Amino acid sequence: MTAVARPSSAHLLSGIIRGISAVSRVTGRGGSVIGGRIALHLDHGALRRLASDRTVLFVSGTNGKTTTTAFLAAALRTAGPIVHNMTGANLKTGLVSAFAQDLDAPMAVLEIDEAALAPVLEEIGAAVVVLLNLSRDQLDRYGEVRMTAAKWRRALEGCDGVHVVAYADDPLVAWAAGAAPAVTWVSAGQPWRMDSASCPECGGRISWEGEVWSCRCGFARPDPDVVAEPGFITLAGGEALPVRLQLPGRCNAANAAMALAAARVVGVPPEASVAAMEAIVDVAGRYRQVSVGSACTRLLLAKNPAGWNEVLDFLLPPPASVVVAVNARGPDGYDPSWLWDVDFERLGNRPVVASGERALDVAVRLRYAGVPHEICPDPVAAVHRLPDGQVELVANYTAFQSVLAAVGRD
Amino acid sequence: MALLYPELLGTYGDRGNARVLVQRLLWRGRPAELVEVNRGDVPPSSCDIYLLGGGEDSPQAMAAVELAVGGPLERAVAEGAAVLAVCAGYQILGHTFCGPEGVPLPGLGLIDCTTARGKGPRVVGEILVEPSIGTAVPPLSGYENHAGLTRLGAEARPLGSVLAGVGNGDGTEGAVSGRVVGTYLHGPVLARNPALADLMLSWFVDHLEPLDDGDVARLRQERRQAVDAAAGRWSTGRTLRRASG
Repeated sequence: MTAVARPSSAHLLSGIIRGISAVSRVTGRGGSVIGGRIALHLDHGALRRLASDRTVLFVSGTNGKTTTTAFLAAALRTAGPIVHNMTGANLKTGLVSAFAQDLDAPMAVLEIDEAALAPVLEEIGAAVVVLLNLSRDQLDRYGEVRMTAAKWRRALEGCDGVHVVAYADDPLVAWAAGAAPAVTWVSAGQPWRMDSASCPECGGRISWEGEVWSCRCGFARPDPDVVAEPGFITLAGGEALPVRLQLPGRCNAANAAMALAAARVVGVPPEASVAAMEAIVDVAGRYRQVSVGSACTRLLLAKNPAGWNEVLDFLLPPPASVVVAVNARGPDGYDPSWLWDVDFERLGNRPVVASGERALDVAVRLRYAGVPHEICPDPVAAVHRLPDGQVELVANYTAFQSVLAAVGRD
Repeated sequence: MALLYPELLGTYGDRGNARVLVQRLLWRGRPAELVEVNRGDVPPSSCDIYLLGGGEDSPQAMAAVELAVGGPLERAVAEGAAVLAVCAGYQILGHTFCGPEGVPLPGLGLIDCTTARGKGPRVVGEILVEPSIGTAVPPLSGYENHAGLTRLGAEARPLGSVLAGVGNGDGTEGAVSGRVVGTYLHGPVLARNPALADLMLSWFVDHLEPLDDGDVARLRQERRQAVDAAAGRWSTGRTLRRASG
């Protein structure tokens, strides 16, 4: 491949992808994946060609990918144009489509599926990789979470020049990131510990003192360079920056700290990142307030026990009603057994509706949790059944997409 | 009830089995207590029912090591206790199971069976089983997700025969040996199959009144239909053995 041919073929690819994506969008099929799929079919090297000479930042992990990527994109836009897969199309096809949006943008901020990260890193490398967390999710698809950590670790070992921003409080992430040449460690607490009971290094028992974990083999939580606490992000050796996010919860404070640290690696001052992140009110429809009938409904996404754990922490208290909408399609995982790892006991004393295509699984779980509920498989109809006032509609991935399509448009 | 090592063997919501057993006694006004046994703790020997769940290869091997120390589970079983062991938990109750990197490891030998990695891809999907336990247990509904396949010896009998899915891999599913029950079914299995939960409780508590399981009945019917629809779609693909009649 000559230097002359490369840009022209990249332009041709980009034109094809954007053309197909536009047609696909107009015909109502959604545009973010199909163009990439066809481009990869025409040219197996499309991803490498489109990514070359750009600063690429990847964000991966079980929970918080889309939000952290949105935070990071907002921070980086203060410095110049970027490409960003904002609709969450995070497999190789979605990355190709995102790169094709703007061939002149010098930076790419891309969320990437946990299983796709290792092969894509081996193919194109990256300047920055943000590793958020790893916990049980879609076990029928990803298999076991330790295997994902092992694949990340191997890919990072061979990734020259990469700077990893890693969540120090998650032992699996710390182990995967430990292989990278340069790491910025972030701490914001780890309430979900069911997937980090044993040491990824030696198999021994991990013990915790507050947020600091360690194993007898010597593997222990790295000292954090960036710490998020309620209302503040503190950089090592610096002062605490006040942060007033509009997105709720400990998880979003953690996501913001990760994004701030990653933006700093490519030269964005922390103050500029904070201002950009504070302006974000919703991410791909999540946290959006919509009116359904006479109810004011907040749309929330929770797709696994760790995610639900975070949502239960910031859910509005009773009398706000709750709709629990669960599907079990491919992107959700076909097995909703994980509902039994969620503390639905905490929902009590308010109107609750079991919803989604697997409303009956939710209903059985709620019954054993002692939470009185109605059953209504259509999440929007479920909201209509509830008393006026605030409704918290918590849905997993495809259930959320269906709600967004029905009521979520601005 | 004792839930053993949920941090090692609890990946697939199997802790729900403990909740189901406790709650079905409490709803009937009977006392019930649940003890969670974590790594490094010695399991109490005085419980009636011990529960083990599914988990990943290396935590599974660790749980087997923990349980081998002093033989608390063997002792409790010898004194009449029951065990429900799911997936990885089921495998470690046999003579050998498949450890990390495919190395065979010794199990507890509470069930006369051995588990080795199957030749095919990992078994993942809805499963339906005609049970051969109890007199009033309707077909067992669940979800299986395992790489190992299990061969029963003469001392163990299967929990049932597979109507749809894979189970042990030879048309049988799970194993029963006295009051020790092993199965590949998640769901969790006792949430989807309250008759199996009540059967196990009836080994220790007399006169269990019926409960209103209307929502579970609807869920079971829905899953049955899903299995039937999948059987129609994939009738040339997966291992399917349809019940006659």
